Amino acid sequence: MPFIPHTDQDIQKMLDVIGVSAIDDLFDEIPKHLRAKSLDKVPEGLSEMDMMRLMSERAQQDAGALCFIGAGAYEHHVPAAVWDVATRGEFMTAYTPYQAEASQGTLQLIYEYQSMMCQLTAMDVSNASLYDGASGLAESVLMAIRANRKSKSRKVLVASGVHPLYEKTVNSIVANQEITLDSVALGSDFRVDQQALQAFEGQDYAALVISQPNFYGSIEDVNALTDWAHAQGMLVIAVVNPTALALLVPPGEWGDTGADIVVGEGQPLGLPLASGGPYFGFICCTNKLVRQMPGRIIGRTVDLDGKEGFTLTLQAREQHIRRSKATSNICTNQGLAVTAATIYMTLLGYEGLSRVASASHANTKALAEKLTSIDGVELLSNGPFFHEFVMSVPGSARDVLEGLAEYSILGGVALSDLVEGADTQAVLVCATEVKTSNDLDVYASALSAVLASKGSV
Amino acid sequence: MLIFEKGAEGRFATAQAPKVMSSVADLPPEMLRQTRAGLPEVSELQAVRHFTNLSRKNFSIDTQFYPLGSCTMKYNPRGAHKAASLPGFLGRHPLAPESHSQGYLACVYDLQNILKEVTGMAGVSLTPMAGAQGEFAGVAMIKAYHEAREDFARTEIIVPEAAHGTNPATAVMCGYKVVEIPVKADGDVDVDALKSAVGPQTAGIMMTNPSTCGVFERQVEEISKTVHDAGGLLYYDGANLNAILGKVRPGDMGFDVLHMNLHKTFATPHGGGGPGSGPVAVGERLLPYLPTPIVGMQEEQGETRYHWIDDDALPNSIGRLSAFMGNAGIILRAYIYATLLGRDGLHRVGEFSTLNSNYMASLMAKAGFELAYPERRATHEFIITLNKQAKELNVTAMDFAKRLLDYGYHAPTTYFPLLVPECFLIEPTETESIDELEGFVEAMIAIQAEAETSAEMVKGAPYTQPVKRLDDVKAARELDVSFQRNSA
Repeated sequence: MPFIPHTDQDIQKMLDVIGVSAIDDLFDEIPKHLRAKSLDKVPEGLSEMDMMRLMSERAQQDAGALCFIGAGAYEHHVPAAVWDVATRGEFMTAYTPYQAEASQGTLQLIYEYQSMMCQLTAMDVSNASLYDGASGLAESVLMAIRANRKSKSRKVLVASGVHPLYEKTVNSIVANQEITLDSVALGSDFRVDQQALQAFEGQDYAALVISQPNFYGSIEDVNALTDWAHAQGMLVIAVVNPTALALLVPPGEWGDTGADIVVGEGQPLGLPLASGGPYFGFICCTNKLVRQMPGRIIGRTVDLDGKEGFTLTLQAREQHIRRSKATSNICTNQGLAVTAATIYMTLLGYEGLSRVASASHANTKALAEKLTSIDGVELLSNGPFFHEFVMSVPGSARDVLEGLAEYSILGGVALSDLVEGADTQAVLVCATEVKTSNDLDVYASALSAVLASKGSV
Repeated sequence: MLIFEKGAEGRFATAQAPKVMSSVADLPPEMLRQTRAGLPEVSELQAVRHFTNLSRKNFSIDTQFYPLGSCTMKYNPRGAHKAASLPGFLGRHPLAPESHSQGYLACVYDLQNILKEVTGMAGVSLTPMAGAQGEFAGVAMIKAYHEAREDFARTEIIVPEAAHGTNPATAVMCGYKVVEIPVKADGDVDVDALKSAVGPQTAGIMMTNPSTCGVFERQVEEISKTVHDAGGLLYYDGANLNAILGKVRPGDMGFDVLHMNLHKTFATPHGGGGPGSGPVAVGERLLPYLPTPIVGMQEEQGETRYHWIDDDALPNSIGRLSAFMGNAGIILRAYIYATLLGRDGLHRVGEFSTLNSNYMASLMAKAGFELAYPERRATHEFIITLNKQAKELNVTAMDFAKRLLDYGYHAPTTYFPLLVPECFLIEPTETESIDELEGFVEAMIAIQAEAETSAEMVKGAPYTQPVKRLDDVKAARELDVSFQRNSA
């Protein structure tokens, strides 16, 4: 029996001790007419060998394309040691460190993770993780509504340029508590439209959400935005890319006093694309807001002998203690993903992460130049960008991307697929450090060929 | 020693990053970072050695019996991890076109169908990223259902007092008021209390069955009728689904919506606190509200094509709960596990987890330990109370738990459910052999003897772990949650 070790003798001995004659007798408290018949629609079990064959075939179906899609999930080199160590059974098959003395490995690792995230974001406190960037933003919005005592509002202002799928996710989660989001319009340079922002002057919002870089890859003037929001009595929620933090001003230093809550998608820190998960959401905040933080937090303390040790702390915020008064319902989070990210950050250090960020930026700039030198292709991102840009292609972006896919190139995402009312010719493109200059050329020549065959040039 | 205290300025794992720093001169200077982030500065070997040594300070399923009640710490098949880590799966971008996604979509589609069958429900969405998010999705669907019928008076969710903390916390996140109802001395819900609690204000009830008391709720049909008659819906918390897998289906018990914990019932690794996965399944009337995305299938000219079903195809959906597809890789591992077990294997899960639990319960009762519900069958888990030991010997459940670590066993869940004093919630799972079960009981008998003769020694446990008991009060009062170089 797969994964069940019982011999016939074991079963008989156990039944005798219990005092029943068959395993089925153990279910005698369940009303007979409720008992399940066989699970006909579930296939017969496969051996590991046959399963590997099936899964290899399926994995092969999705393999082999050259991918220039970013839009919230980024292909970076993952050092071999990251997952080799993270998948040690002692990390992978432990659970929430309730028994601190027997979980010091996981606990110390999370403390180190929290410290690294505080360093990257220049914030005081980090938690142990949330599910992903999008649901993390929802938790940040709930946190800001609780924390901003000056504001009576149940509204949050969202700067254009926050990932459209994040906005959708936040809405699904916070709308149930009658919290609403208002958006500031996007400017023609794919950054916040300053004039549109001024229209919100003097209105009561609990927080302003700013994305840096934003969904379109553009770099926002976060200092001005932060100071404006604070002057309005709003908290500032920063949505940031952790790779970019190696190059750009960290949110703790934005404007005069820094952002209040920082949240983002941890995937770029050593997690494979893997169809969207598991990734992890990170969240950091100022000391002042720590008691409003959702999720687990690990603290350093001492044991009975005065020896350094680590333990879950401030648990009075959490559901298993506070029940209906908890800051969030989150329990299981993304422990193993955080384990991998911690090893990734350790291996790269600040120097390595800066190189990854700068190489991604350089590749993206080079790709933008190559592609926009093709007739009919124009760069729409006319402000500074990090490792993504928006370009316009002749005809329909969707058609062009389909054409590229036939060359095994995933050329980006059609903006109109994700953003309502977006330009149907616009494509969002990304090139990280994993792309070689030859990869960029392959993309450029395929795009030329696709456009030529469509006769749209 | 912390990783920050190892290494030297200027050192890093050179092989792991691009060879040189590229120019960023084109970016506005006022946007560029001026201060270095204080990340570790170590070699690759130092990093590998540090984290390998940290891992050795953990108890885990791979190294120890881990009978943590309500968490289903069963063996996590290596094959599932290996197959889910094939390059084609790891390299697939979540926004890749359907033409380059048929392999992954096929797995998701197949798992949706398997979960429908084992739960007896009409539809499944795999996107929720853990049990608590599954609960959120479920209660949000209940809310959407009532609101679509313009029944705005339903403002309360009923929760038995023994419920997991996530249940009331979730109801509040969905904008509901929580009404707790008592559990009787035999572990079943107090149906009279339920009857007086329901009314036109009742949106629904959240229940776990088998309950957190480790017994099967025998009046589930009466509860179902009571809540349905009042116009409410029934939510099934799948934390304990392992107990009944293949034996009884939540859909047949009258539940309208449920979540499953794939990291429990479907053997995906718990990862030191996640990632989990908490798919939801619904009956007919909640189908329009399922969270997106879901995978659909079409046969065209003899060819099978899988496709995404998103908000535009499901306009009344409660929407998206993550940027992409939840914990996609965990979904894959659960699918592989189900594929390895097949229909007969899934059926055996409920049987053997229940057999193991009842065997342990019998052994412990025979050894003189007090079962919380001695008249009841154990399910996949059972509760003992150490109240007598706490009163007579001043040795508490916490002390027994810490001493178990010295014997090489992870402690069961302690002090939950709250209504049983000084309790252990013990869940052995089906993948443990009779030897481990007997070894654990023998350790408990030995600790009992120690408690009778040398209580102080037991109260000082553990002695064999990297640290002794930790000062939690100091941890909370003198908050130190991030390393500062100057405070070291």
